[in-house]
Amino acid sequence: MFDFLEGYDVLGAFWTTVQLTLLSAVGSLVWGTILAGMRVSPVPLMRGFGTAYVNIVRNIPLTVIIVFTSLGLANVFGVTLGASGDFATMFFRLAVLGLSAYTATFVCEALRSGINTVPVGQAEAARAIGLSFTQVLTLIVLPQAFRTVIGPLANVLIALTKNTTVAAAIGVAEAAALMKTMIENEAQLLLIATIFALGFVVLTLPTGLLLGWLSKRLAVKR
Amino acid sequence: MTEVSVAKDVVAGTSDLVVLKSVNKHFGALHVLQDIDLTIATGEVVVVIGPSGSGKSTLCRTINRLEGVDSGEILIDGKPLPAEGKELARLRADVGMVFQSFNLFAHKTVLENVMLGQLKVRKTDKQKAEEKARALLDRVGVGTQADKYPAQLSGGQQQRVAIARALAMDPKVMLFDEPTSALDPEMINEVLEVMQQLARDGMTMVVVTHEMGFARSAANRVVFMADGRIVEEAVPDQFFSNPRSDRAKDFLSKILHH
Repeated sequence: MFDFLEGYDVLGAFWTTVQLTLLSAVGSLVWGTILAGMRVSPVPLMRGFGTAYVNIVRNIPLTVIIVFTSLGLANVFGVTLGASGDFATMFFRLAVLGLSAYTATFVCEALRSGINTVPVGQAEAARAIGLSFTQVLTLIVLPQAFRTVIGPLANVLIALTKNTTVAAAIGVAEAAALMKTMIENEAQLLLIATIFALGFVVLTLPTGLLLGWLSKRLAVKR
Repeated sequence: MTEVSVAKDVVAGTSDLVVLKSVNKHFGALHVLQDIDLTIATGEVVVVIGPSGSGKSTLCRTINRLEGVDSGEILIDGKPLPAEGKELARLRADVGMVFQSFNLFAHKTVLENVMLGQLKVRKTDKQKAEEKARALLDRVGVGTQADKYPAQLSGGQQQRVAIARALAMDPKVMLFDEPTSALDPEMINEVLEVMQQLARDGMTMVVVTHEMGFARSAANRVVFMADGRIVEEAVPDQFFSNPRSDRAKDFLSKILHH
């Protein structure tokens, strides 16, 4: 019954999906945290940049962003991300860049709502003992904000996992790209779709469960 | 303000530590601080009292610039209060503050709360910081709670930890913004006792409070505020037994006779 799977590297394709997800998750977490810091910063220029970036980037379709990294960044501006000649690696890296840039806006907004749940007195007390703005943010406000938004961040991570399928648009050989190839070549359409759907559920379900458990465990008691 | 005359002989110290010169502040249309002039000498304990909305908390918060002012000048140890930035952070480290709602860092243990400022602002090494933190926690009577989180402590214990956290910075002056107002009645005394001890040890203190007993026993001077102005300044005995302004007489009649 599963003979049609022969000759296709399904696990390899999903491994690429996992790599895309993890690298983009790290990238968007870092960049999203910096953006959130900008959005609550006392410097108007930073606030302005953060707000503009989030509102522009999150409203552009991901497909457009991913295609732009290839056609715009790579073809027009010659950005190769240290992998000129090796197209598979280059497009993979460009996809990670595009996914991170896009997902960071959602990380930023989740985090910002978390920052708003930290009582003002926490930051005031931190300023009162002489901590600088950056120290107040990184030592007091963000650690508490992160703990309250683990749930929403799990949503973002699950969405990101599924959004990696868009990388197929620039030829990254991840799960969705392989699915398209198999659907073109094989007859078992429903079975192929089910296998890939299940593959994503296997990736995202534990993510949700694990982070849900973490968010309960790490909750800040007041 | 013709009624203002400070009894200089009770001033404990010699030099002026905190000086406010014609400070004004608005919250929108509300003129919350109106031409405030106030001088606090080293070692002096000044208690600020007055009806709610009189600006006493705001006054306290302007001294370490948690609230900015619209006009006027504030000097700490002879230096004008700097604008936002590194300079201001350095100054705040020298001005301890205790809040009505404690504001202990909720994600850190009691010990970490008291060590944080030493480690990150004073750059003390970890062992010294911990020794000092434990000594201070013992001093305020919560040494056994060091490894708990703030939410596991009673209000009175939390406030004493907050005092220890401020003291860990070796502040030149301590500001108390209604430190006992959020406490259950049976916990007020344990906090006031720590403050009394501090006052006896010669700490310069500005205390916004409704605790008249503390004002009587620990203050060198009582500042009475109403409607954004300093209406009267006097030594406690004189203020409580013989207030000069009608506003203060009215206020005292409401809180002392029932």
